[in-house]
Amino acid sequence: MSEPGPAPILPSSAALDAPAALALLRTMWRIRVFEERVGVLKRADEVYGLIHLSIGGEGVAAAVCTQLRDDDLVYSGHRAHGHAIAKGAPPDRILAELMGRSDGLCHGLGGSMHLVDVEHGLMGATGVVGGNIPLALGSALAARLSGGEEVAVVFFGDGAVQAGHFNESINLAALWRLPVILVCENNGFAEFTPRSAHTIVERVCDVVAPYGLERETVDGNDVEAVWEAFGRFLGVARGGEGPLLLECLTYRLRGHYEGDPTQYREALAAEEWQQRDPIMRLARRGAAAGWFAAEEVEAAEREAREAVEAAVGFARQSPYPGVELIEELVYAGAQA
Amino acid sequence: MAREMPYIAAIGEAIHLEMARDESVLYFGQNIATTDDDPFLAAFGHDRVRVTPISETAEIGMAVGAALAGYRPVVELYMAEFMLVAMDQVVNEAPRFRYMSGGKVKVPLVLKAGYGFTAGWAGQHTGSIYSMFMGVPGLKVVLPATAADAKGLMATAIRDDNPVCFFHHYLLTLEHGEVPEGEYLVPFGEAAVRRTGKDVTIVAIGWMVDRALAAAERLAADGVDAEVIDPRTLAPLDTATILESVAKTGRLVLVDQATRHGSASAVIAAEVADQGFDSLRAPIKQVTALDATIPYSEPMERFVLPDEDKIVAAVHQVLGSAPVAAQA
Repeated sequence: MSEPGPAPILPSSAALDAPAALALLRTMWRIRVFEERVGVLKRADEVYGLIHLSIGGEGVAAAVCTQLRDDDLVYSGHRAHGHAIAKGAPPDRILAELMGRSDGLCHGLGGSMHLVDVEHGLMGATGVVGGNIPLALGSALAARLSGGEEVAVVFFGDGAVQAGHFNESINLAALWRLPVILVCENNGFAEFTPRSAHTIVERVCDVVAPYGLERETVDGNDVEAVWEAFGRFLGVARGGEGPLLLECLTYRLRGHYEGDPTQYREALAAEEWQQRDPIMRLARRGAAAGWFAAEEVEAAEREAREAVEAAVGFARQSPYPGVELIEELVYAGAQA
Repeated sequence: MAREMPYIAAIGEAIHLEMARDESVLYFGQNIATTDDDPFLAAFGHDRVRVTPISETAEIGMAVGAALAGYRPVVELYMAEFMLVAMDQVVNEAPRFRYMSGGKVKVPLVLKAGYGFTAGWAGQHTGSIYSMFMGVPGLKVVLPATAADAKGLMATAIRDDNPVCFFHHYLLTLEHGEVPEGEYLVPFGEAAVRRTGKDVTIVAIGWMVDRALAAAERLAADGVDAEVIDPRTLAPLDTATILESVAKTGRLVLVDQATRHGSASAVIAAEVADQGFDSLRAPIKQVTALDATIPYSEPMERFVLPDEDKIVAAVHQVLGSAPVAAQA
């Protein structure tokens, strides 16, 4: 095989600085406010279908996606809103999609679980746990073949690791040394069931140990740690090497889906959440480091609220798509 | 110029020509190109020709991802049943992406799978499972019955911007036929009328086309003039050609190697009943495999499959020319 030779060597990490930290804070606020607003709209029946929110896990999406370029291809799963926002998809078009409107990213044909924004490199989100992982291998292979330095990134939860998709993909990606970064958001729950009921292997990084690939487990609610680890991984993948696995231990503040009564776990105490909340943590860290002033933190939240309210207005006025789209889109018409 | 060549070589020729024509065509699969003198490897190199592990989900999923990124992968699956291992990718990912994205992406992909190896290959390598895929919106399903169609449909499949399940029949592998040289494309959705006739329409799928043509010759000796139609592609399905033929003959016999319930034959029967009922002068008759897993033992295997005798009997039945007990 003509795959590249030497094992990846991680470049030294660039430390988080004030401009990058402020970008992370703004992105996380934007996701947080968007998700909270979607929850309200869902309860008011303005958002139509099945919704999974990522409140609590914004740090991973922000730390990963804000370092990517538009031509880096990202795959997400059923909990995709945060990844889409962080990758640059416009919140108004995401919200219009959630409301099934014609200005939605996918003209209302995909919905919350299937967001696609090719312009910003969000290639797709899939609703079948783990089904997105081999797709990212394909994008990484395409990057290799076309000689570019773009990378593929796939987000999945710890529940996907027990699925065949994951194991087949890790083997093949390692065999062909594909420039793909696998980002596991390990929130300890696979849908409604704790990880301990799924597997005896606690850390996802341990699952892939025999393949010898670069891997790291970080506190996913420490956005600085995720940012630095992902930055190092990205340097390797940009050089055409991989695969790499970043396991981010995080927390899902909401249930599996909106409406989930979450009887399978105790709610986190408010004080504990204050300590773990990735936004509050970065705000405290940034204040201590002198990265941003209190007014900038407030402005980040205020701007997010304004942007999300504008998105609500945009989505509400967008018409429903015409049903003629259905027949038009089942098959691609043109042949090469 | 056309020349004689085996069905399987015609498929290979199409893939080779398309790979030479278009650099974005890739070829993956288990056990392909395992030596350096492999003609695909020699012509196109390791980047475009790749042997994969026994990981259908990863292979097909990776092909979908490469297709989303602008490539045109052909995945060699050998047995159609192996696709079942990766149903999520075949049914839920590949054909739905274009639609669910609102038309933003496309997935040009060919899944090449052999089927129907009823030569003692027993219960898991003999299925005629194409109908499981023909009802999936976004997937195309093609079944060449001749060497020429094998080449022309494969070339069209590779150029199509949608995922295509290309089902080739294992018992046709070494059957020779006239195959045009150079670029040769067979359009999707155009049935071939293999024999014209006025008394009865026989629609036969895949391997059954030759069985139906042989039955038609025997019927001709009895003074029955049968028309034989090969749909060639099940999705899209050329219902119009079938309806036109039934409008002329008034009688329809469907021949399908697959088990009957949920079969392509049942779908065609429903379309004709729905759209062509006024043309029918007799009930539609289906000649299919029995609803059973293909048995290993040779006489038992023969028993469950459609054959010339069963086709001839069904035609006599719709013509009212011979009292024949209803087929199980």
